[in-house]
Amino acid sequence: MVNETIKLESKNLNFYYGETQALFNINLQIPKNRVTALIGPSGCGKSTFLRMYNRMNDIIPGTHHKGSILIDSDDIYLEKGSMDIVSLRKKVGMVFQKSNPFPKSIWENIAYGPKIHGIKDNTKLEAIVEKSLRGSALWEEVSDRLHQNAFGLSGGQQQRLCIARALAVEPEILLMDEPASALDPKSTTRIENLIRELRENYTIVIVTHNMQQAARISYYTAFFYEGKLIEFGETEKIFTKPDQQQTEDYITGRFG
Amino acid sequence: MPKKEKVITWVLRLITYSIVVIIGTILFNIVKNGLPVLSWEFLSQPPRRSGAEGGILPAIIGTIYLVSGAIIVAIPLGMATSIYLTEYASQDRFNRYVRLSIITLAGVPSIVFGLFGLGLFVIFFGFGASILSGSLTLAFMILPTIIVSSEEALRAVPLSLREGSLALGATRWQTIYKNVLPYALPGMFTGSILGVGRAAGETAPILLTAAAFFLPKLPTSIFDQVMALPYHLYILATQHPEVHKVLPKQYGTALVLVLLVLTFNLTAIFLRGHFRKKYKW
Repeated sequence: MVNETIKLESKNLNFYYGETQALFNINLQIPKNRVTALIGPSGCGKSTFLRMYNRMNDIIPGTHHKGSILIDSDDIYLEKGSMDIVSLRKKVGMVFQKSNPFPKSIWENIAYGPKIHGIKDNTKLEAIVEKSLRGSALWEEVSDRLHQNAFGLSGGQQQRLCIARALAVEPEILLMDEPASALDPKSTTRIENLIRELRENYTIVIVTHNMQQAARISYYTAFFYEGKLIEFGETEKIFTKPDQQQTEDYITGRFG
Repeated sequence: MPKKEKVITWVLRLITYSIVVIIGTILFNIVKNGLPVLSWEFLSQPPRRSGAEGGILPAIIGTIYLVSGAIIVAIPLGMATSIYLTEYASQDRFNRYVRLSIITLAGVPSIVFGLFGLGLFVIFFGFGASILSGSLTLAFMILPTIIVSSEEALRAVPLSLREGSLALGATRWQTIYKNVLPYALPGMFTGSILGVGRAAGETAPILLTAAAFFLPKLPTSIFDQVMALPYHLYILATQHPEVHKVLPKQYGTALVLVLLVLTFNLTAIFLRGHFRKKYKW
């Protein structure tokens, strides 16, 4: 981690679903404009951790946390901080495991975010829709049917639509929660290629079950186990010479 | 298929079909006896000689007024409550009591609503026996139906759509308004209008709060008493001095009431279809 700008930082982060603690004292610095993969077995807390960065866990009743999360050194959970939840989520886009296009037209899906943030001018919206769809490599496939329902798209296209929708509000950070786990290999490849293109301009944090995928697309990898951050480092190092025995056991397939 | 399976299938099928037979018999009876009475005069004239002659226009108009009033009060109230309960309320003790109250409200007999309306609207607020009192009483009676069906419609909208919207920086209300309500509205409307259809046919709640025995002129304000179809039917069938002579009028009134309720329900079905086409899943 030499010469990297730190974009996201968690400090002594603990998270609880009611009485159950899901994250234990996590300290992690995620560099700017890199792809960072969060790996670990099911239930290890990696998705929960990802959802801390856009305060998505806030909507689950009975949860609370201790510690802090910083974006560009601003504490995002500070009630009177410089960042309210709306501008936070504008800055931090999210792509979910199961693609969730809205039951509206492709155009309306993309324009949804910009409209909410006050853009009313149709010419501007047209431009945003095209730019976002180009950004998610979907434009060529859908430019002639922008006003058809998004549910008519294939699974892979729907997920790229969700990425385009996230790009439309011009975030700096993209959180991806197993974005390709429900897709066929061909669609997965397209998503991975897309992530490679996006990493030039965005800080990407991706949760994945697929270790080859982590190895293919990420620059850094964090390994979680039972709610704890076991190891963090350059992906190459994690996958070849991990410091921790648990990490090695996991990536060599001895458990998980 | 083994014989026993066949027998069971047929028994269940017959029981199910018997429902159609029951409703068919009732409707056939009403239509057969009511249709000959149905005429432009019957629909457009006020009753004469205590309903033995003339039409039922004031009762039709009265029912439409009462039901419209109930809709105006109950649908916004019910929808707002359901939105609060599904989208905002936490699962604490107070909100459990709110839910319990709604379920209890649904189980209160309609005559009790009538007495409540008499006490509160007619006497305490001094609205008298009037369209206003009757509408408010009916509104309270159908409120639980509207709340429960609206809640179901809201819950049917997947959480992932709410998350997707929130993750784009939408506020909770923006999310509900733009990405939950449009998909839930068909269900909310359908349930609500079915509740309204029930209100049109109720006698007990308006008996004490709005309905007039014989009032051959049309209401001019919401503080007027009105005739209403179910109450008129009740009068003709049980209280009229010449019950047998007015039998055709009873059937005619029943037919108009059934048609009116049917219209409400068809409207509900039409609206649902319309919205479904607009927002395809």
